Amino acid sequence: MTLSITVHVNGRASHADVEPRLLLVHWLRDHLGLTGTKIGCDTSQCGSCTVTLDGVAVKSCTCLAVQADGCRVTTIEGLAPDGRLNTLQEAFWNKHGLQCGFCTPGMIFAAQALLNTNSSPTPEQIRHALEGNLCRCTGYQNIVRSVEAAAGGR
Amino acid sequence: MAAPTTAAARVFGSGIRRREDPRLLTGTSRYTADITLPGQLYAAILRSPHGHARIRKINAAAAKSAPGVVEVFTGADTDGVLQMIPCAWLVPNSDLKVGPFRAMATDVVRYVGDAVAVVVADTVEQAYDAVDLIQVDYAPLPAVVDPERASKPGAPQLHTDVPNNVAFHWTVAGGDVDAAFKNAEVIVRDRIVQQRLIPTAMETRGALAQYTPATGELTLWNTTQNPHIVRFIMSGVTGIPEDRLRVIAPEVGGGFGSKIPQIQGDFITVFCSMKLGRPVKWIESRTENYQSTTHGRDHVQDVELAATKDGRILGLRCTVWAGMGAYLSTAAPGIPTILHGLMLSGPYNIAAVKEDVYGVYTNTTPVEAYRGAGRPEATFMLERLVNKLSDEIGVDPVEVRRRNLIPPFDNGHDVVTGLKYDSGNYQGALDKLLAHAGYDALRKEQAAAREQGRYIGIGVSLYVEICGLGPSQVAGAVGFQGGLWESAIIRFHPSGKAHVFIGSSPHGQGEETTFAQIVADELGVSVNDVKVVHGDTDSTPMGWGTYGSRTTAVSGAALAMATRKIKEKARLLTSHLLEAAVEDIDYANGKFFVKGFPDRHKTIQDIALMANVAWNMPDGMEAGLEATSFYDPPNFVFPFGAHLAVVEVDPSTGHVTLTRYVAVDDCGPQINPMIVEGQVHGGVVQGIGQALWEHGIYDDSGQLLTGSLNDYAIPRADVLPEIEVLHTVTPSPHHPLGVKGVGEAGTIASTCTVYNAVLDALEPFKVTSIRMPLTPERVWRAIAGREGA
Repeated sequence: MTLSITVHVNGRASHADVEPRLLLVHWLRDHLGLTGTKIGCDTSQCGSCTVTLDGVAVKSCTCLAVQADGCRVTTIEGLAPDGRLNTLQEAFWNKHGLQCGFCTPGMIFAAQALLNTNSSPTPEQIRHALEGNLCRCTGYQNIVRSVEAAAGGR
Repeated sequence: MAAPTTAAARVFGSGIRRREDPRLLTGTSRYTADITLPGQLYAAILRSPHGHARIRKINAAAAKSAPGVVEVFTGADTDGVLQMIPCAWLVPNSDLKVGPFRAMATDVVRYVGDAVAVVVADTVEQAYDAVDLIQVDYAPLPAVVDPERASKPGAPQLHTDVPNNVAFHWTVAGGDVDAAFKNAEVIVRDRIVQQRLIPTAMETRGALAQYTPATGELTLWNTTQNPHIVRFIMSGVTGIPEDRLRVIAPEVGGGFGSKIPQIQGDFITVFCSMKLGRPVKWIESRTENYQSTTHGRDHVQDVELAATKDGRILGLRCTVWAGMGAYLSTAAPGIPTILHGLMLSGPYNIAAVKEDVYGVYTNTTPVEAYRGAGRPEATFMLERLVNKLSDEIGVDPVEVRRRNLIPPFDNGHDVVTGLKYDSGNYQGALDKLLAHAGYDALRKEQAAAREQGRYIGIGVSLYVEICGLGPSQVAGAVGFQGGLWESAIIRFHPSGKAHVFIGSSPHGQGEETTFAQIVADELGVSVNDVKVVHGDTDSTPMGWGTYGSRTTAVSGAALAMATRKIKEKARLLTSHLLEAAVEDIDYANGKFFVKGFPDRHKTIQDIALMANVAWNMPDGMEAGLEATSFYDPPNFVFPFGAHLAVVEVDPSTGHVTLTRYVAVDDCGPQINPMIVEGQVHGGVVQGIGQALWEHGIYDDSGQLLTGSLNDYAIPRADVLPEIEVLHTVTPSPHHPLGVKGVGEAGTIASTCTVYNAVLDALEPFKVTSIRMPLTPERVWRAIAGREGA
């Protein structure tokens, strides 16, 4: 059985017939070819698959593709379509907020969710907001600095 | 957007932004799982649910007829196609016994996760659906998971002809250790368990194999730290000649040692593609990753230290049972031996050491290198016992260390295990640490807090590590089945831009930037004019890979030597073009000029153009501006440092709060301090993870109880303090750039630093030992004097 969905992904309407069990992350990666969204676990712990759904950060492995029907989804590919990095991307670059880069797309969306509600978070607030996103390379310190820098417009 | 570089500000030593980042920040880079080929099939692997069992029968009929399934293979199908998976570090003089390691088990499974069968289907969902339809009739066998217990008579046996599961017995000895203990005024002892860790690179392992029957060629995209070793091993196992085998490490999402070895899934994927003649992709789920990708540590250590009453260390003696898992992984035997036993004396003058290491098969996932690989286990033993000595004789742990440190040296120091350290200034690192941290003030704060019933602890550890692996002659002598040199090619294009091709394979460490900085510094070009290419065996020169903090130390040296060849050719060509004697050509800031006449010059870009068009070359000079260098290091490099942690323990709950962490590391001159600092951050946090949270746990039947990220606790952002990172700079005397290596430093130092801090906090409770990780329950039990600490 398949169901028809229409999802606005990175500003464009995408139509598809999908199995009801298909996760949003698999639809994005395997059907739309948007492989910037990563899969780092199978228990919704790592946050590598974080995207925004109608402006809210969600782990796209916790959401079925059919649940996104009629919604707006933004993936990492949608942040700098013309190659110009946004403030958070630029801050991660300036502050060495990434090493292998695998967790980075999810980190950026989790950080954006924080900045949407708190424009000048403390380091403690940043660390708390990112506790659902795992990074094995950076020890998080330069990620915290990146988010601070983005908040400060630096 | 471009990173700022000018000739005036030296680019070597500048914390410029990474050239890797824009593609990673925009999701446009491609990791193995992101690549899809036309006609591609998907593989899903059926793995043993038992720690140890005999396979009676496999029935795959239902799976074979399931929707979308192309084929199901079992181990028997690989007979005559795949050889055994080899172990590539055959440590000599250790009676090494390699248990046969098949890509898929046929008669006996020996760990939870041992591969049994594979389904290949049109979609990944169909492949996993069909795996569930395969019926395997297992006869469970007794299992053993603890390496010491496995080595005792009567334990369940994993392999025939490996009595007591002992894969090898290796010893290292130097000096008269019996006399040291006979003459000792103080002996301190401990039993330390270096618990099993699961590396948890955020990208799991996977492979995409494309075999073309008409040509016999294989292209393999693989999550690896060392594509050239993959080609070598894969060729040996499959029989595909190396010239027809191309291995590509695309973007790789961290490794930490777990992407050194070749694991069952790699061979299974290649096998499926060989049999079906179509591209086949296999990507681990995280749960599969925890079972099938290699683990780290897993030592049981009995260790004792002999000293005088005034704290001078006379000798160290220990026995280690190192769990190998069910089979010997690629580099496994070298880790608890060469990379561990040779570093027993650390930064101290110790005249006598002896260690017995038993590598033991257990019904667990194979153990491999994990960040630090042998050196954290050695550092922990030594630094823990130095603290015990301090407690025993009532002298401050820092002072005990001072009384034993090797004095500063800048060009070689022989230690008791036979190594020659290259350079070190351990006092310098310690002094800087104590001054920055305010050690004396911290001790006062600690005393004041105790008056108020608060338990603050201060931990200090030093370390010296063996890195930059290493001279190939030594590699051969210690049984490593390969070389350890690196090569680099630098090729200038007519426009003055350059490509660099290296055989090592960075996967997050930033060498696309730091290696461009080396070229920029040596030849005066912009960092942005140098592209560093790695990770494809068809386009890069031979190299042995990225691990053991060796990429900058060895591959970087090869590149530096190649740039110097370019410089020499440029001098000769300049002399010809300017009609000046070659002795009169000087070089500065990217310009080759006639001495005393700086206006008579050629830039490196001029030379690149003239060499490439080759209109006017001197007699005998070849066209082009390109150089290749092979660098085989004359010795290892030995980075070092001193770390300090401050913790507070809540005795009512056993909860440990890490309140401060200070790291002083010395990796020689730093090419990019921002990247060095990032390496220290990540390394320190992984080591903290071992001390406080991480533990790969098996039950007695061999079930992995920590089989997902729900159960295995890697550090999260909200449980860590800001890490204060400082450095001293002691160049390596034998490296062309003086650099050492920093990838593993943080992990080597931090586990024992944090552990020592917690035990220091618990001093009023007379707690002298707790098993890691120091979870609240264990700490609470130790304080309460209960079992199970």
